[in-house]
Amino acid sequence: MFGFGVLKGMLVTIQNFFASYFSKDHLTTVQYPEERLSAKERYRNFPFLVYDQAPEDPRCVACDICAKECPPKCITIVRDSDAEGKPLKRPKSFDIDYSICMNCGICEEVCPFDAIFMDHEFELAEYGRFEDLMYHKDRLLKPNDHFKKIRPTDATRIDAKLAAKTQKPAPPVGN
Amino acid sequence: MDQLFVNLKHSILIFAGNFLPEWAVILISILISVTAIAVFGPVTMMYLTLLERKFVGRIQNRFGPNRVGKWGLLQPLADGVKMLTKEDIVPKGADHFAHFLAPVAIVIPALLVFAVVPFGRNMVAVDLSIGILFFLALSSTTTIWIFVAAWASRNKFSLLGGLRSVAQMVSYEIPMVLSVVPVLMVVGSFSTVAIVEAQSGWNWFVLTPWGLIGFVLFFLTGVAEVNRTPFDLPEGESEIVAGFHTEYSGMKFALFYMAEFMNSFTISAIVSTVYLGGWQGPWLPGWLWLLIKSYALILVMMWFRGTLPRFRVDQLMGFAWKFLLPLALLNIFAAGVWLAFARPVNYLLSAIIVALALFILYFANRPDMPKKRVYRYAVE
Amino acid sequence: MTEENLSTLATQTLEVSLGPQHPSTHGVFRMNATLDGETIVKLKPVMGYLHRNHEKLAEDMTYLGSMPYTDRLDYICSMTNNFAYALAVEKLAGLEVPERAEYIRIIMAELTRLVNHTLLIGFLLNDLGAFFTPVLYAFREREKILDLFESVSGSRMMCNYFRFGGVKIDFSPGFLEGVKSIIQNYPKFLDEFEKLLSENEILMARCQNVGVLSKELAISAGISGPMLRASGVPYDIRKVDGYSIYNRFNFRVPIGEVGDVYDRYYVRILEMRESIKILAQAVKEIPEGPFISPKGAAGAKAPRTFKPPKGQVYGRIEAPKGELGFYLVSDGSPKPYRYHVRPPSFINLTILEDMCIGNKIADAIVTLGSVDIVLGEVDR
Repeated sequence: MFGFGVLKGMLVTIQNFFASYFSKDHLTTVQYPEERLSAKERYRNFPFLVYDQAPEDPRCVACDICAKECPPKCITIVRDSDAEGKPLKRPKSFDIDYSICMNCGICEEVCPFDAIFMDHEFELAEYGRFEDLMYHKDRLLKPNDHFKKIRPTDATRIDAKLAAKTQKPAPPVGN
Repeated sequence: MDQLFVNLKHSILIFAGNFLPEWAVILISILISVTAIAVFGPVTMMYLTLLERKFVGRIQNRFGPNRVGKWGLLQPLADGVKMLTKEDIVPKGADHFAHFLAPVAIVIPALLVFAVVPFGRNMVAVDLSIGILFFLALSSTTTIWIFVAAWASRNKFSLLGGLRSVAQMVSYEIPMVLSVVPVLMVVGSFSTVAIVEAQSGWNWFVLTPWGLIGFVLFFLTGVAEVNRTPFDLPEGESEIVAGFHTEYSGMKFALFYMAEFMNSFTISAIVSTVYLGGWQGPWLPGWLWLLIKSYALILVMMWFRGTLPRFRVDQLMGFAWKFLLPLALLNIFAAGVWLAFARPVNYLLSAIIVALALFILYFANRPDMPKKRVYRYAVE
Repeated sequence: MTEENLSTLATQTLEVSLGPQHPSTHGVFRMNATLDGETIVKLKPVMGYLHRNHEKLAEDMTYLGSMPYTDRLDYICSMTNNFAYALAVEKLAGLEVPERAEYIRIIMAELTRLVNHTLLIGFLLNDLGAFFTPVLYAFREREKILDLFESVSGSRMMCNYFRFGGVKIDFSPGFLEGVKSIIQNYPKFLDEFEKLLSENEILMARCQNVGVLSKELAISAGISGPMLRASGVPYDIRKVDGYSIYNRFNFRVPIGEVGDVYDRYYVRILEMRESIKILAQAVKEIPEGPFISPKGAAGAKAPRTFKPPKGQVYGRIEAPKGELGFYLVSDGSPKPYRYHVRPPSFINLTILEDMCIGNKIADAIVTLGSVDIVLGEVDR
């Protein structure tokens, strides 16, 4: 009959109007700067590098796998070398262009040394267009504790794996 | 309380009369009324925008504006500042003069119709003997300025919007006028004040059979007249971008909005005056009653906006000509019968006529009406 | 004016360019419409504004490297895009998928179908002129599913979750409970949605017999998905191919009769109800076990060692929008020699002009909305 469908629809909207005052389910807005959602553990945003003891000694060995596999090619690694020019197992520079990175997480997956992980940080706005979003080694390196804090499950699994590795032959981590 | 504003004005005038000549007092009296309207109109508009955003927001499970001031109460001011500081863009091929004139001129009829709205007992700016006619005539001139704006913009979307607006005005003006006729017949006067007085003591016209239909008709055509959902074709944002105000920015755009919201306020006020007893009502002061009634109607308009999709052009015309117009005509007949007979019989007779009219129109329109469908599933 | 005069009165058609910057073209799509009054006499879709070189890029990348790019094809249903691509590569490389992974995939694909159809209906109502209310209700429910996606894959929209031979990672704790609550609550939401929309006379009037696509034309134009089924063709790749493990589930395929916008709308509602059935069965039957095959896991860890044998393959699934296919040619290297996408939106869009001619301009927008396009997929 004419008009009843419209009235039914209006009933739904007015129910939602009143429900928005009583039920959290009907007022889903999170008032962002004051309220925050707790991040999911697997949430991934931009990659960062992990170091265990000191930032000068990162887990990364500059093998360049992540740079090769990165689909948008946003990672640039230059391997460090000692005084005689012999390549060392650590990066001289490690740059990630956050303006290109598309948060796919493939670098984390392919890294054989568990050195690069996806961060939870998302408030990254900068004034500059190019250089400000180019993250160098100093900004990328974060302690293992940070990783433990944001992703406890993965961190314990990887720590156990690394501990098992170091206990067996204990190769000189040297350099 | 009831006469608060009237007494206020009186005391001012008496005070002024002590040392001013009579003509000056009359001038002051006019000035007070004009100022009151000129302030009340835009302020109403500003807070109606906030109310709409809040109300529709809640319907959509959002907060609505709540950042500027407590509960977003300063939001209209922030909007005003934003509108004033925005760049005023005029398209290269536009008719500059008309492009400038339209938004300015469109506010004038919107403000003028406030003159005949009886806000309370003795609270009407001018008690015109042709009050309703004045209102109907002026509110339809808005469309001219909408069309001027559309034409001056030199934009195809604007032009389409303007043409739609004209077609809509032509179609909806007729049922709108006809839906007021029963009241005019019963009251025997065009004056808004007389109409309100005729409804004293719970004799609201909406409580009669013809009044109910007339109320719905007047309200619906009123909604169409002020271009609000589901009749907002002239600015149908999903099809023609923004219709007639596509090429307007900044304060000019705000003026169109001001006209639209003031019109929706006046139409609600007039609908409540004509059918809902105006400022009549128990306990509370009269002006508050009128405000309550008009705001209730405005909320219904916003409720429409929060719920309904838009009509299509041809459906809009069909709805006006095939349903609203014959119903309005039959409603006049029902009102005539109501007038001609004595108390209990007339209610029954006019109710029968109204019910019959609805019934006939429903069946006459049935071929054009959408049908429910039954769906089946593919067999394996 | 006499009949003769009318026919000699010169009228002109109006060319309107809807888009690429237009509120309802769902992105940067353009329709060059020629109008006679408001009736469309010619309509030319122009696309390619969002071309991102997807196919050529993929030829310079490992097979895994294209996976995150497939997310960005149809950015509303990244899971099904992953699914189709993974299916094609698995066919090419001859990879087995563990039982649990198959169930995980089906749960993800059906959740994506819910997301897509809900959102589409919301946006269709926006095209019809409803002021965002259905969209925001759709968003409200979609959010719950996106939260689940985020909890399991790390990202809400760009999931990048599927791997060749399985999925990236097993469910996070609490995921299945989340799916169960969706299975429980989604029908309630659909009921509410239907109460709001399905019987709304304005929606019915706007949608019925608009943008009609005949069965024959649909088949010869290669239309697929809900649009094809709305035209009355019982063709669902989940049933026809029975890819993955769809033949284990008990579900029905709803079909329409007229092939208009309303049918397309309603078929989607019914499809969502069937999806919930599939979900309920999948959640009940899901076994324990590995989530990726060992060979697949090795390939995911070192994408450059993943070299499918020489050959070509076409893998397709029933994506929410229609048949999504990936055509791959391998030359035995870690990168595909040729990579081609058969996007459902693009193929479904080709028929737009035939559906729109003779309708009003507002109908063109609605028809476009009911086709369900995502420009990321149309232009690639």
